[in-house]
Amino acid sequence: MAFIEVAGVTKAFVTSSGLSREVLYDVSLSVERGEFVSILGTMGCGKSTLLKIISGLVAPDTGQVAIDGEVLRGIRPSAAIVFQNYSLLPWFSALENVRLAVGAAFPDWTRGRQREQAVRHLESVGLGKAVDRRPGHLSGGMRQRVAIARAFAIEPELLFLDEPFGALDALTRDSLQQELSRLCSVAGRPITTVMITNSVEEALLLSDRILPMTAGPRATLGAPVAVELAKPRSAGELLHDDHAAEVRAHVVASLTADLERARARRRLDGGRPSRRTAAAAEGPALRIAPEIEG
Amino acid sequence: MKRVTNFLLPAIGILLALIVWGAASTIVKDLPSPIRTWEESKIYILKPLEKRGEMDQGIALLAYYSLMRVARGFLLGIAMATPLGFVLGMSRTMTRIFDPVLQILRPISPLAWLPLGLIIFQKSEPAALFAIAVCSMWPTVINTMAGVRAIPQDYWNVAKVLRLSPFTTFAKVVVPATLPYMFTGFRLSLGIAWLVIVASEMLTGTPGVGGFLWQEYNSLIYAHILLAILTIGVVGFVLDRLMGLVEARLRAI
Repeated sequence: MAFIEVAGVTKAFVTSSGLSREVLYDVSLSVERGEFVSILGTMGCGKSTLLKIISGLVAPDTGQVAIDGEVLRGIRPSAAIVFQNYSLLPWFSALENVRLAVGAAFPDWTRGRQREQAVRHLESVGLGKAVDRRPGHLSGGMRQRVAIARAFAIEPELLFLDEPFGALDALTRDSLQQELSRLCSVAGRPITTVMITNSVEEALLLSDRILPMTAGPRATLGAPVAVELAKPRSAGELLHDDHAAEVRAHVVASLTADLERARARRRLDGGRPSRRTAAAAEGPALRIAPEIEG
Repeated sequence: MKRVTNFLLPAIGILLALIVWGAASTIVKDLPSPIRTWEESKIYILKPLEKRGEMDQGIALLAYYSLMRVARGFLLGIAMATPLGFVLGMSRTMTRIFDPVLQILRPISPLAWLPLGLIIFQKSEPAALFAIAVCSMWPTVINTMAGVRAIPQDYWNVAKVLRLSPFTTFAKVVVPATLPYMFTGFRLSLGIAWLVIVASEMLTGTPGVGGFLWQEYNSLIYAHILLAILTIGVVGFVLDRLMGLVEARLRAI
């Protein structure tokens, strides 16, 4: 049995107009211990909802999530989550933000040791000089570094990344992706990671396996694609690698085919799609072009 | 140019108010003119800390008595209001239960609470504090409640993801996130407390700006009534500005 087992998860939300909208439909997946898996899909397809369910932040309507053979109820102590919008507390300094997490994860440690752990992890993401600054005085990239430091500082066994670099500019994104892959490789124990992304390149750079997600509503996962390349990888290498090109083509083909199917289905239905559904399927499309470092 | 707008324009406003006052005093026989008011009250202003009798004291002393009374009533009020605000903000059920009571108690005037206070406490001083506390607590209750409800889902998620204990969540997330709203409540509450002090001093006859005002009315010294009114206005204005400064600092985070 795999480390993370998601079986038959379904989730619906009630929209403001009172209609029930099925976001996820019968989603199953498994992740091995120490594996880095990316769930790749268009914006609004329900992948963030899926991550919230896998991490225990939100309960599914039906189906279940089991981690290490145990059915998930709420967030596990050994799990860390990094959100797209950083989710730092603005009234605390970078250090206090990280220390709050350390204090909750290791309540038996002395205050000195908790502080030391927080400082060490901030230093490891290059923020040694900015520990006393509040998030309001940090750039987006630096804030996300704090959030990453906070995640690693609790020495997690599980790491959930919800489009962690989605709000950053291309250059900052590249350097943080490298940083993340380095942190994952130097951590004392294998960290099982599930990342949500809409960038094929980001998925290629970091993951062992890519799970394409079909367009919502009633989103579900397509066939997984393994990325069999040694880590750490660099964006430059990936541009010229044949296997990477194959994976890229495969993933893109499966996602675009799915988008076409979704469109055809709506045309066949004859009915006009609701505005929200249309936006979800056609909205900001996948970032499929490799981002060339400038 | 900046100095013109900062000082000259407000000065014009004050001058106009004095002219209207002066004009009104020529029409209304018993209303003292600004100059007569100054002549008759300057001893209170020029010797602000002199104590000549129980009510016959310098204006700074009288204002000080009133301020101390307000401070005690206000602190008592927000000590009741803040926890109530947090409870109502965090629980919809509690809001459903207490909302009608709150809405009914809120519009009651200090003049109505004071006799009740006198019945309960038998003495004027605690009755005054009771009236101030009960009247001034509502803005703090309502703003604290609104502040808790306005906490972004992100912050609740942080508390959940970091698995913070209920106490830590409250101390490190809920309170700091609500603080700016709370202080808006405190500021409005203090404004009301200052309004109530005058009414309660007038009714209980205790020394202070309000008590002084009522006594001078009974002694037919109308200029001193105007002195008391202006003092109340100036002190209230300064209090509001001070609270505004604290509030602005909190919002700057």
